[in-house]
Amino acid sequence: MLYDVLIIGGGIVGCAIARELTRYRLRVALCEKEREVGFGTTKANSGIIHGGHHAAPGTLKGRLEWAGNQRWDRLAAELGFGFRRVGELTVARSAAEFPTLDKLLHHATVKRIPGVERWEAERIRREEPALSPTVLAAVYAPTTGVVNPYEACYGLAESAVRNGLDLLTGFPVERLHQEDGLWVVLTPTVVLQARFVINAAGIDADRVAASALAGNFDIRPRKGEEYLLDKRLQGLVKRVIFPCPTAVSKGILVIPTFDGTIMVGPTAEEAGDRTDLTTSTPGARAVFDAVRDLVPGISEKDVIAQFAGLRAVATGEDFIIGPTSRRGFINAAGIQSPGLTAAPAIAELVVDVLRDEGLTLVERDDFMPALPRPVHFAALSTMEQIALSLRDPRYRRIVCRCEYVTEGEVLDAIARGAATLDGIKFRTRAGMGRCQGGFCTVRCMELLARSRGMDMASVTKRGRGSWLVYERNGGTLRSSDSAPEDEQERMGGEA
Amino acid sequence: MSVEEKHATDLITVGYLCIGCPLGCRLEVDADTITNAVVEVRGYSCRRGKDYAIQEHTAPMRLVTTTVAVDAGLWARLPVRSRTPVPKDKVKAICKHLRSIRVTAPVASGAIIWVDDREPGIEIVASRAMPAR
Amino acid sequence: MITAAPRHLRASYDVVIVGGGPAGLEAAVAARDNGAAHVLVVDRDQEAGGILLQCIHSGFGLHRFGEELTGPEYAQRVVASTLEHDIDVIADAYVLDIDERRRVKLMTTQAGVSLVEARAVVLAMGARERTRAAIRIPGTRPAGIFTAGLAQRLVNLYGLLPGRRAVILGSGDIGLIMARRLTLEGIEVAGVFEIMPYANGLNRNIVQCLHDFDIPLHLSTTVVEIRGQNRVEGVTVAPLDETLQPRLDRAWDIPCDTLLVSIGLIPENELSQQMRLRFDSATRGPVVSSAMECSRDGIFACGNVVHIHDLVDFVSAEAMVAGRSAGQYVAGTLPRPDNVQLQPGANVAYCVPHTISTEREHTVYLRARKPLDACTLQLTEPDGTPVYARKLRYVFPAEMVNLKLRPAILQNFHGSILRVNIVERATEGE
Ligand SMILES: Cc1cc2nc3c(=O)[nH]c(=O)nc-3n(C[C@H](O)[C@H](O)[C@H](O)COP(=O)(O)OP(=O)(O)OC[C@H]3O[C@@H](n4cnc5c(N)ncnc54)[C@H](O)[C@@H]3O)c2cc1C
Ligand SMILES: Cc1cc2nc3c(=O)[nH]c(=O)nc-3n(C[C@H](O)[C@H](O)[C@H](O)COP(=O)(O)OP(=O)(O)OC[C@H]3O[C@@H](n4cnc5c(N)ncnc54)[C@H](O)[C@@H]3O)c2cc1C
Ligand code: SF4
Repeated sequence: MLYDVLIIGGGIVGCAIARELTRYRLRVALCEKEREVGFGTTKANSGIIHGGHHAAPGTLKGRLEWAGNQRWDRLAAELGFGFRRVGELTVARSAAEFPTLDKLLHHATVKRIPGVERWEAERIRREEPALSPTVLAAVYAPTTGVVNPYEACYGLAESAVRNGLDLLTGFPVERLHQEDGLWVVLTPTVVLQARFVINAAGIDADRVAASALAGNFDIRPRKGEEYLLDKRLQGLVKRVIFPCPTAVSKGILVIPTFDGTIMVGPTAEEAGDRTDLTTSTPGARAVFDAVRDLVPGISEKDVIAQFAGLRAVATGEDFIIGPTSRRGFINAAGIQSPGLTAAPAIAELVVDVLRDEGLTLVERDDFMPALPRPVHFAALSTMEQIALSLRDPRYRRIVCRCEYVTEGEVLDAIARGAATLDGIKFRTRAGMGRCQGGFCTVRCMELLARSRGMDMASVTKRGRGSWLVYERNGGTLRSSDSAPEDEQERMGGEA
Repeated sequence: MSVEEKHATDLITVGYLCIGCPLGCRLEVDADTITNAVVEVRGYSCRRGKDYAIQEHTAPMRLVTTTVAVDAGLWARLPVRSRTPVPKDKVKAICKHLRSIRVTAPVASGAIIWVDDREPGIEIVASRAMPAR
Repeated sequence: MITAAPRHLRASYDVVIVGGGPAGLEAAVAARDNGAAHVLVVDRDQEAGGILLQCIHSGFGLHRFGEELTGPEYAQRVVASTLEHDIDVIADAYVLDIDERRRVKLMTTQAGVSLVEARAVVLAMGARERTRAAIRIPGTRPAGIFTAGLAQRLVNLYGLLPGRRAVILGSGDIGLIMARRLTLEGIEVAGVFEIMPYANGLNRNIVQCLHDFDIPLHLSTTVVEIRGQNRVEGVTVAPLDETLQPRLDRAWDIPCDTLLVSIGLIPENELSQQMRLRFDSATRGPVVSSAMECSRDGIFACGNVVHIHDLVDFVSAEAMVAGRSAGQYVAGTLPRPDNVQLQPGANVAYCVPHTISTEREHTVYLRARKPLDACTLQLTEPDGTPVYARKLRYVFPAEMVNLKLRPAILQNFHGSILRVNIVERATEGE
């Protein structure tokens, strides 16, 4: 199959690029090595759409952060994922930090970000009473938002597939080279050809670039640990709380996530290696020591889940976006924080780069920007719940007791691409609550097995190697670890 | 269980943890090495402990509880038990054998699932009714 | 047969019971016996019976039925008695909410979401398990980490095995029972690790689940790290010093593909929290009166949802009180409110119920904080004046203490607060 553009990497960046490209008459494919899109850094971050005033105006990051920020209302409206501009406060706890506040205000003026202002102690006390009394002043930004990053990624991917993207999940790109002006891309099971290749491989982007003989940068993964707190603390703070960055720490944040639970983190440590997603005792200590000073009401006892993500920090610390020494091979690499915020703007920039590199872009008149809305049963009124459950028997059974997720929502998530327990969890929240899957795990396994025509033992947590259980069949053991056909999927392709 | 040769000729001392109550007395049984007859019990604080030590030393018994595969039932497994306690050293083998047994729902509570023809008295029964799905 | 679907659901019931475990089912029978004409029990699982359905081992019912039953056998008996009492039991159904007017928002597979009026409600939702996050084990988050109860469900109801070599964290009865269960299913159990210096389970389970199979039990030791990218590949364990800090210099690695976490149960109070009932931070369940009534009128509770029980027999006993009270509430014959508040004192983690009446006989359940041999259970006035004392041979946190309180005992007590202490015999009489 010959594609006009092949994207390597199905994180938020790759998926945003894919969707942007499906606005045009092109054959586009995306190869993702994991079983589902969004399983890289995109599912393990703070979920903040940064206000736009943090990164310095002179950098590519600084430019795309604010440009990206402005795209999110529309994206959320079209794709139906959770996004809310909750605002943020960067707080100063000593006069020595006031220059940092001034710098943020200055960035906002230069970038023309509306509504950014300085708050004094009294206003802070009134608006955020849970903050430590040591807070003296803050910069408020109304532009900051929170989003469910994986939902955004799923929305982008699904929209792209509906508009003709050929989405290949479970297809790691192993090597690629040029032949007669075309790129030949090798995965373990298929060979793909494309005129242009976009490298959106996250923490592995340096390796993909090297394999294309276009490597001139390294990625050093920088780990961030995050801790999710019990919903008992819901509403403790209304806005994202940033400390002023200090010499030792880039800052531990208190984040009211889109779902209302509070999350604290991230740390920032050089990762041991590219697979190092461990959380650690020192990490937890660093987070909670810092948070206690910001919001004294938060304690380690409230943790219900923890995770870590890797920032793809490239040589020079900035994003690397643009053409390379190899014609047709384009980087969208080094997308560390605020890469989530910037992703929609990165996608537009990549389209511009492709045009400059000679790709003819003809807009389609049948592009469908909107996705059908998934049902969020718990958010419906009782009357709506009654009506829906009468109409559709799939909404007559609760799968997740902590988040009140119905069978219908899980089946819908599966129909839209969820192929693993984590995929269901990130799409529906089943398994994300207090009990962390104690109740819903078996039900989700049953629904996955039934809908996808596999046995329970073939269900995995997040794809290859992450088997959950095995069955004893009259003496012989059948393990889930041996069904490669369950580990790959091609979706879409026909616009 | 800790075994320790005390009297080189005729007595052996074996330790047991009493299960009669949470005090968990450490019981010691002196027994004849040849006949295994209990000569003395030490360490108990009540009669229950002494009786337990003797029973546990001479003829330890266990109730077997496990499951067998059931086709077309409400659940995939049917819980079963031995009708009465069986000698402790038979438990593992019985469970292993039961892994290869399949029954079909409906099953009545108490229905006989398996009888050991070599070992009189070992009878495995369903510990619940299993309705068909 | 244990499953039961009602002939048809009524629009209103005298008593609606949330949860069809032993607590809910026994409460239903008691409510019927005490004046409630129409009683509905709702359970979200495929059939009524509660957690007992997966507890296929024996050890249930010695107090209630005078013989040793397996979990399913106990459940079966209780279900049978609800059927004899003409009670509507609906399974595979969910109570989503209960509003101020006691309208129960119910989801059933037959009719979807509907509202059912209840004159009284009994909460009997049981418990959920504490998860790994509750103790924040550092490391990776691969597949292969299960709570012990989830593993029990997978193995005993679905015949799905969680792994090939397991480490079990926590020596409570569920952890011990699962050590034996996995062994009998041919899964190797590398060891059971307990953070406390003593085992939390019954000696009987230590002997019959661990010793019988030569499974090592490591006290004062915990899992300090989980390894493995996609599936658990091993854990690191370390002994703890006196301050409960792991001694990493003495840590060792254990290869395994499965970690079972068995670190306790927490009352399942999603619904009660939505209803804004008053809670006890020690039990993590609702505050209840001697009638097992919660802080809202006409709402009763019993079983693991109130506090974690180790023996189902006492769940049944407590449920009979809650059910009887619900019936009396509907009939307007609920006795006068309590006049004494119980206050946990020395070495007492909690007492249930939270209030009692000096006019009636009660069973009070309490839990000790730390184990003691030869001790005294004493009731005192808040200023320490003794009211009543009883000798105990021992207390053990994992074993609930029952105290029968007869009006005669409190004859000379006229206060409103009674403190409950468990003290060593030596310090007795202070
Ligand atoms: C702890 C933490 C907190 C953060 N918080 C924020 C925040 O609040 N706001 C914000 O804006 N940003 C934040 N970020 C940054 C943001 O998460 C990232 O910039 C963003 O997710 C990067 O997206 P991506 O698509 O480039 O990378 P990824 O999501 O990692 O996607 C790359 C994909 O490429 C795939 N891949 C790799 N190699 C191959 C191959 N050979 N073949 C096929 N597929 C391959 C991977 O499997 C992966 O799915 C945070 C980052 C971290 C670590
Ligand atoms: C693994 C394990 C081993 C045990 N071993 C022993 C033993 O050896 N001996 C012994 O005596 N005791 C034992 N126990 C203790 C005993 O079984 C429990 O104390 C008893 O089952 C608790 O009864 P319950 O009715 O309160 O809760 P459960 O049995 O948990 O029942 C609660 C029911 O409520 C349902 N429910 C919850 N929320 C809702 C809702 N919103 N809508 C509808 N339904 C809902 C649940 O599905 C469940 O069926 C054990 C317990 C466990 C967990
Ligand atoms: S000997 Fe008696 S006191 Fe000692 S553990 Fe056994 S039953 Fe308890």
